Amino acid sequence: MEKKEFHIIAETGIHARPATLLVQAASKFNSDITLTYKEKSVNLKSIMGVMSLGVGQNADVTISADGADETDALAAIADAMTKEGLAE
Amino acid sequence: MSEMLKGIAASDGIAAAKAYMLVQPDLSFSESSVEDTEAETKRLDDAVEAAKADLKIIKEKAAANLGADEAEVFEAHLTILSDPELLGNIKDKIVNDKVNAEKALKDVTDMFIAMFEGMTDNAYMQERAGDIRDVAKRVLSHLLGVNLPNPALINEEVVIVAHDLTPSDTAQLDRNFVKGFITDIGGRTSHSAIMSRTLEIPAIVGSGNATSTIKEGQTVIIDGIEGEAIIEPSAEELKKYEDKASDFAKKKAEWEELKDAKTVTANGKQFILGANIGTPKDVAGANDNGAEAVGLFRSEFLYMDASELPSEDDQFEAYKQAVEGMNGKQVVVRTMDIGGDKELPYLPLPEEMNPFLGYRAIRISLDKQDIFRTQLRALLRASNYGRLAIMFPMIATVKEFKDAKAIFEEEKAKFVKAGKPVSDDIEVGMMMEIPAAAMIADKLAKYSDFFSIGTNDLIQYTMAADRGNERVSYLYQPYNPSILRLIKIIIDSSHAEGKWTGMCGEMAGDQIAVPILAGLGLDEFSMSATSILKTRSLMKKLDTDKMKKLAEKAVSECETTEEVISLVKEFTD
Repeated sequence: MEKKEFHIIAETGIHARPATLLVQAASKFNSDITLTYKEKSVNLKSIMGVMSLGVGQNADVTISADGADETDALAAIADAMTKEGLAE
Repeated sequence: MSEMLKGIAASDGIAAAKAYMLVQPDLSFSESSVEDTEAETKRLDDAVEAAKADLKIIKEKAAANLGADEAEVFEAHLTILSDPELLGNIKDKIVNDKVNAEKALKDVTDMFIAMFEGMTDNAYMQERAGDIRDVAKRVLSHLLGVNLPNPALINEEVVIVAHDLTPSDTAQLDRNFVKGFITDIGGRTSHSAIMSRTLEIPAIVGSGNATSTIKEGQTVIIDGIEGEAIIEPSAEELKKYEDKASDFAKKKAEWEELKDAKTVTANGKQFILGANIGTPKDVAGANDNGAEAVGLFRSEFLYMDASELPSEDDQFEAYKQAVEGMNGKQVVVRTMDIGGDKELPYLPLPEEMNPFLGYRAIRISLDKQDIFRTQLRALLRASNYGRLAIMFPMIATVKEFKDAKAIFEEEKAKFVKAGKPVSDDIEVGMMMEIPAAAMIADKLAKYSDFFSIGTNDLIQYTMAADRGNERVSYLYQPYNPSILRLIKIIIDSSHAEGKWTGMCGEMAGDQIAVPILAGLGLDEFSMSATSILKTRSLMKKLDTDKMKKLAEKAVSECETTEEVISLVKEFTD
């Protein structure tokens, strides 16, 4: 299993558009991918799960991937995060 | 037996086609227990796939008609329908509780809706509950085998029947298929009516009970000239309306010839006929209909179609596109007119008892100057690409105008100081829509380069009658002598200072009002683009000397709206 922490800088937090893109990025991989915020974990392939966390600006979140393609998955998600201006 | 429905004629023209009911179907269902949970799960999967297919079509149409930003919401809907947690929960419920798919879908989506609605500290998330509700409704409709209508899904010639049409409905109407529409509510100035004229679709609004009288698939004639609809017409009636439609087409062809002509009266006096537009895309329609200017560019769409405050660059692009499209003809941009009945999700305003009398338009701009200055900078940049004018909405006092103008001058001076190009002849004017401003029009005319009369608000504020309230709608009287007197004061005051006055309300294209307004000396008439050629044709027949007498009589002698109307008929027949 691989893990990576992100500090959310986007003013609106993880709202619909970036959330959709994160979910789409995660869904391309076979690994189980979870998003953890304030000790609550959700499936990053679930838009409802991601949005239900209500991640706002300055939140610290952890994303972990578990499976054969976990390294690629985390790299792709980190890429989507920066591209959308969600995290640095 | 045919049946007739009467309403308000909203958009000229005649159409006949099958009715498409744009109404909410009955989505009630009963809960039942199932034995074959595998088959029930399959039923759910099929409904989800069908809903996805709908959404893909809706998304494509929305992207083509409204732009990628508007289509995003449907992408979000599609993502919800692919959500493993959501679908997993529903399927678990079918298998474990042995309930039908309808019940499982409702229970699970209700749970998510409650969760999002519970996020009271986050208005954005609360709104997402609506997305889940929409998606659940679409899946449920496929489970029940009923048709959940959406304008984007229409693929044959129809007449739309609806209680009312929202901006997102009208934006998705495909003119190749939608031949006309009829609604239960609304008036000549409601959104649906204005859109029907922009799209040049024959329409009737405010029919009262179209949705309960007309049935899906019935043949309906829409007579948008008289405001009459015929349900299941006889062959004879159809023939009569076909003749009427071809007469109308002939008249339209005559008007068409005036497209590149100037607007000149019988005695050689010239007027300017402009178009009112809502987005830069409307410029094409303005040009097609022979507009000599854009008398009103409502800048609100930039704010209302966005999920955050529009940037200076985004605004600049929109204004630039509009002034370039008009090719040297004047474009009057009205600065942000938010508040009243127009709200922004990302700029929450405190709830008010009387929003139309509250914090709106220039009152917000003068208070939240950063928003105002961003808009002014975008306008200053766009001024280099054509003939741009700016006007401030809802000015009530000389001080408000001076304050707004001073902010404009400050921003302009910054451009000049930084050596950035900016046009030297930007006219800066104001809307005349508050009676207080009209009464001191002589003072305001010293500072304002022009006036533009906004009739809807001027009438509403003069009559103290909410234009959205049907019980007092009889007070919406554009030809009432009280209104005509205010208009006369405004026009005369501007002329005394060598300035001009335009009108950008629906009244400017009204065939009864035009002769009086021409007589009062109104300089520019700005209206729905599709009313321009008809008005130019009317102007050709008018003699302004005679209309001046008509106007004088209407202002000084008439007591009622009815007297004014018969006077106009007397003078123009």
